[in-house]
Amino acid sequence: MSSFWHFLQLNWPELLLLVRQHIVLVFISILVAVIIGVPTGILLTRYRALRGPVLGIANVMQTIPSLALFGFLIPLPFIGGIGSRTALVALVLYSLLPIIRNTVTGILGVEPSVREAAVAMGMTDGQVLRQVELPLAMGVIVTGIRVATVIAVGVTTIAAAVGAGGLGVYIFRGLRQYDNNLLLAGALSAAVLALAADLFLGLLERQFSFEAKRSAAWSRVALAAGIVLVVVAGVFALRSPGESSSASQGHVAIGSKDFTESALLAEIMAQMLEERGVSVERRFELGGNLPHDALLSGTLDLYPEYTGTSYTAILHHAPIGDPRAVYDQVKREYASQFKVEVSPPLGFENTFAILVRGADARKLNLKTISDAAPHAPQWRAGFGQDFMSRADGYPGFSKTYGLKFAAVREMDLSLTYIALSSNQVDLIAGNSTEGRIATLDLFQLADDRHYFPPYEAVYLVRQDSLARVPALREVLAKLANAISTDEMRRLNYEIDGKKRNPKEVVKEWLGSRGL
Amino acid sequence: MAAPFVGITPDPEEGRPRSAAPTITPVNLSLVQFHNVTFSLPSAANIISDLNLTVEQGETLVLLGESGCGKTTTLKLVNRLLTPTGGEVRVEGKPTTAWDPIALRRRIGYVIQEGGLFPHFTIARNVGLVPALSGWDQARITERVRELLSLVGLDSDRFADRYPRELSGGQRQRVGVARALAADPPLLLLDEPFGALDPLTRASLQREFADLTSRLGKTAILVTHDVREALILARRIGLMHKGQLLLLETPEHFLASDHPQACAYLDTLKVDDHGGEQ
Repeated sequence: MSSFWHFLQLNWPELLLLVRQHIVLVFISILVAVIIGVPTGILLTRYRALRGPVLGIANVMQTIPSLALFGFLIPLPFIGGIGSRTALVALVLYSLLPIIRNTVTGILGVEPSVREAAVAMGMTDGQVLRQVELPLAMGVIVTGIRVATVIAVGVTTIAAAVGAGGLGVYIFRGLRQYDNNLLLAGALSAAVLALAADLFLGLLERQFSFEAKRSAAWSRVALAAGIVLVVVAGVFALRSPGESSSASQGHVAIGSKDFTESALLAEIMAQMLEERGVSVERRFELGGNLPHDALLSGTLDLYPEYTGTSYTAILHHAPIGDPRAVYDQVKREYASQFKVEVSPPLGFENTFAILVRGADARKLNLKTISDAAPHAPQWRAGFGQDFMSRADGYPGFSKTYGLKFAAVREMDLSLTYIALSSNQVDLIAGNSTEGRIATLDLFQLADDRHYFPPYEAVYLVRQDSLARVPALREVLAKLANAISTDEMRRLNYEIDGKKRNPKEVVKEWLGSRGL
Repeated sequence: MAAPFVGITPDPEEGRPRSAAPTITPVNLSLVQFHNVTFSLPSAANIISDLNLTVEQGETLVLLGESGCGKTTTLKLVNRLLTPTGGEVRVEGKPTTAWDPIALRRRIGYVIQEGGLFPHFTIARNVGLVPALSGWDQARITERVRELLSLVGLDSDRFADRYPRELSGGQRQRVGVARALAADPPLLLLDEPFGALDPLTRASLQREFADLTSRLGKTAILVTHDVREALILARRIGLMHKGQLLLLETPEHFLASDHPQACAYLDTLKVDDHGGEQ
């Protein structure tokens, strides 16, 4: 607990930023959902035939798992892509059902005799709606908004996966790095937000309950205070720099993949550019192929990548072993196909590292993967999902070396190191730059049949960005061959092992290297 | 109030032919007329069949009948909450279908059981609703509300700012009547207005209501299943059964009627008298 307190003291500015992003996402999406949902609900009370189909569609929206919904939206034009726009579309879709449904229920639930009296008094349909039905239904409608808001606070944590920010950033990062402080900070803040929203809207709801006793003075005061707070928070949040998509001379959007090293390389670039007066928008920790898609669409100007990944996963070539050939072909094809420039290699490779426990390696005198092949039938292997599915992954690997394991476990990549060191499995495919290889006394078996293609780290940069921001070329030149494999391992360990703040680690390293 | 040279409306009190046939009367004297009115829903049999009825200026006509006999439907046909599927209902000589429904309803006060008050409006706002809808200025509305509340025996200072849930059933019913009278409509429709009240409150409200309508010269159509109420309040009683008007009589003639349905109602009265009040 004291370490959590320490973590908060170190990271509260970032945490506040994430909380603010979270609130903005929820606030805007609920606002839009109310603007769409309440009139839709009213319409459905007027046109009975529409009720079934519209509620049905809204219902289906609600049942799509949130991660899948984000996935569907990403490739769509206009509403898709990465960033808060996609997240907002998904959040609005999620919030619609409770709001529409409660609007319909609330209005249809108005006492028929009261509605009849209203009509008989000579009210027009609009007057009946505005003066009688809506005020009486308001309690139920606010309940719907309350439910939608609490759901939205939860779903917004998923929005981090599409680069929209929010507290999900801490949660995803915490899951990846096995850092309970990150997890706790993200989850606890989200829970507090949900409770606060629930409490506040519950108070609002009570204001509209005409059958119950009139609310006490204190609850009115609390409500007024709450409204003021929301408005202030809204103004404060919206005023923040946020996402200016300005095409100004010195603005660069940097992305990264969703693992420590990628974010670290992106942060190095970000700090070097900021040092040169360029304003930087950080869109780190994007899942799957998102960085690539975002780079092509222009949402990102650059992100760090590995030549082997581009070669096999993006360009769909069969894996080959020659680093030079891979780099040259990737550079050529990216320029012609995508108008993207591949930077000079940064100096290290992050390839798959086939790892065993150091003790086993010494006892059995293992040096290469071929040495290990005879022991495989007694061993259990643990591989990340990525390794199991990709073209240069498990199927070709086991065939090349004739490996037959006693069991193959598919698990989270980052978990495999701990599983290996704690004897849960006997062989894993890790990353060669993983900091824990040294600290957990793991041994990397040599790829003696050169199965794995080279994974040289590079930056992929849009050509038009290079033309727009001259500082980019200078930074790329300085980073050529600037990071060795050992150095990368150490930097990774600073963050994953020692749980240090990436920004500080990068700052320190840049300082020590005079960059 | 009747212009003598246009025609003579027989005073119902003087005794009239003992039939339910419509009285041929000059248009400008009968506030509401039903001409061969039929009302049915697509799925069901006729709710109202071939109804003929004339309501005279200043009279209180009570429609008496059991649940489902069509008496409430008859009431709703007058202020066009429903429109007839056959025949026509005329209000002030004009078919309801030719009226602008909003204008029509604002000329007709409507009172339902428990008053049908708006729970989210204060008493003052409930009572002043129709004047507000008609665009009166606030000072005039406030004055009118005060006047109406005292008319129905409620102290404006005590009740104006309360909400309906804070009132007793009888008080709510008084507010309902005040609201119906707000824009001084010539016609009142009342659907079992005193049904939900305890017997003592009901009796006193019935007396006050009879007093009020005669004092203000209002025409009223009141629906009830309580024969005692009908006898107390009505100038004429229309007995309804299965969508048809069986009898249309003064209370005196109703008491003397030998129609089996009327006798059935009068029998309940005797049992009540015997068991209830002795």
